[in-house]
Amino acid sequence: MVNAAASRLGVRSGMTVSAAHGLTAPLRVHGRDASAERATLDRLAAWAGQFTSMVSLMPPQALLLEVEGSRRLFGGLDRLREGVRQGLAELGYHARLALAPTPLGAAWLARAGGEPCITDRDALVGALSALPLACLDLPGKARDALAAMGVQRLGECLRLPRDGLARRLGPELVRRFDRALGRHPDPRPAFVAPPVFNARLLLPAPLDNAEALLFPLRRLLLELSGFLKSRALGAQSLRFDLHHPKAATTGLALDLVAPSCDAQHLTALLRERLERVILPEPVEEVALASTALRPAAARNLDFFAPARSPREARVLLLERLQVRLGRQAIHGLEAVAEHRPERAWRYVDPGTSGGKAVFSNRPLWLLPEPVRLVMQQDRLILDGVLSLGRERERIESGWWDGQDVARDYFIARNPRGACFWIFRELTAGGGWFLHGIFS
Amino acid sequence: MSLQDLMQRADLWRGDTAPPFAASLSTGFPALDAVLPGGGWPQRALTEILLPHEGIGELRLLLPALARLSRGDRWLALVAPPHIPYAPALASAGVELSRVLLVHPRASGDGLWAVEQSLRAGSCAAVLAWPATLDSRALRRLQLAAEAGESWGVLFGHERLAVSSSPAALRLRLAPRAGGLDIHVLKRRGGWPAGPVSLEVGHALAMPASAASGDRGIYPRQPSA
Repeated sequence: MVNAAASRLGVRSGMTVSAAHGLTAPLRVHGRDASAERATLDRLAAWAGQFTSMVSLMPPQALLLEVEGSRRLFGGLDRLREGVRQGLAELGYHARLALAPTPLGAAWLARAGGEPCITDRDALVGALSALPLACLDLPGKARDALAAMGVQRLGECLRLPRDGLARRLGPELVRRFDRALGRHPDPRPAFVAPPVFNARLLLPAPLDNAEALLFPLRRLLLELSGFLKSRALGAQSLRFDLHHPKAATTGLALDLVAPSCDAQHLTALLRERLERVILPEPVEEVALASTALRPAAARNLDFFAPARSPREARVLLLERLQVRLGRQAIHGLEAVAEHRPERAWRYVDPGTSGGKAVFSNRPLWLLPEPVRLVMQQDRLILDGVLSLGRERERIESGWWDGQDVARDYFIARNPRGACFWIFRELTAGGGWFLHGIFS
Repeated sequence: MSLQDLMQRADLWRGDTAPPFAASLSTGFPALDAVLPGGGWPQRALTEILLPHEGIGELRLLLPALARLSRGDRWLALVAPPHIPYAPALASAGVELSRVLLVHPRASGDGLWAVEQSLRAGSCAAVLAWPATLDSRALRRLQLAAEAGESWGVLFGHERLAVSSSPAALRLRLAPRAGGLDIHVLKRRGGWPAGPVSLEVGHALAMPASAASGDRGIYPRQPSA
């Protein structure tokens, strides 16, 4: 394989490495890593499961997607194909996408360099007939034999007598042509995705800026999203590992309120998270693992219209706030049936049922702790002299848990028109306290 | 050009006809609705409420609208409230507590961030905040976020801010009055300043007139029991 920069300098596929070095000094030669290629194909197969339940591997570099059943869901073959193409591009891959009624037909057409969209058998026969034999991935012996006969295209081959062809090249080859043309069934083993998601990405160059990491990490999130969608799952807990050359790995955890498979949402959460990361060293490799997988709401799976239910939308905001501000910064409220005012409420997780009101005449603001009021010449002072309302509410409660209170509550108003909830302590110490504000 | 021609022009803004508001929500106080464009709190926009000091009924003024919004499917977010929002009082005013979202940012820049996120998210019916200061650039961001998220942003501030300009769709200045509030409309979209409008915003425990006048000190009475 030759990249565009090397190609401009005259480096060609098939050249020896030394010849290539002769053309350009700073040439970087990467060895092919068959196991890495296979791992990549597996990961892409897991990702592609979001488009169809039937994905099949065709190593070393092809994936087969059975999309007949997905046409309607994705709004037609063109939109489906664009979805696949765009998704792959976002992951950083380039693919040639050929559509045909048979798996072999599609694979051969893609290998020939075209991207046709063929939906009927006659058109398929026509398109395949024009293919040069080099595209068919034939065994060397058969290729040589056909070349010796002067056959260059599949069409010419198909015009030869079938018996003779089978005798000379073996019956397997003729069956292969039949499968490609749809004259013989061609079942394929379905790819089975692993139960958990685990992916790593070696960065082309080390990154020392946490924000710049968002880009490679987003690729992993897109992969995760495809993996999850294909299995109608959402992830509730993600773990990122940022590997450094020497320093200990920096771990980043994202815990969600509700499982999600939405790459956009996960990326937004990650962005908030990365803003607070301090890297001890540049990062050379990133990894993402997600183990807490839960069934996701079906609505989440709609590929082209990510409409969210109101509940999902509420959860999304919670997560955004929580990732940046921390879990302890987000609360819901609950009213508790309890006489002691400071115990008549509590913080709960937002969105949980909030309880019912038992008392009226309560202020909208409560102070965390009652504040002792200043008295001057027997008058209560709070920004001026307080005047008390006539109603008195006695609250005596809590003798059973040792936190008992005995108080008389009043509503008081100062000369500036502010209204307060104050009480007189009836137990030992006595005194007057401010407990709430009628704002 | 005749006056008739002028009146036909689409780009001419006419002061006597307030532009129709896409959405407004009754305040629950007919006298106040009557002076607000669209007949209520402007939704998808910022409302600024300026006051001399807290405790004069500034939250009670919002309660009827908040209670109504809380029965919808979006949050009522309170960002950095100055005290504990008291659940029993909210519940007895009809606020559905399971829709209340409290956000307590600790770092200084996080407050504005949280308000903007909440407004913009689309999942908050209302966002209440008590910013110490806000420059007009920040206010404009929040106004845009409120429009984008179709949310009602309410900012409480000190009345001394009344002199600075603001992109908020509605600005009110509140003044306490015996048994209620005087509301001055400093700015409303599509209308001139107005007011004051006097409202009762009782908490169901009407202060006795004599005590409410505040002109005489009351000795703390001895409990009768």
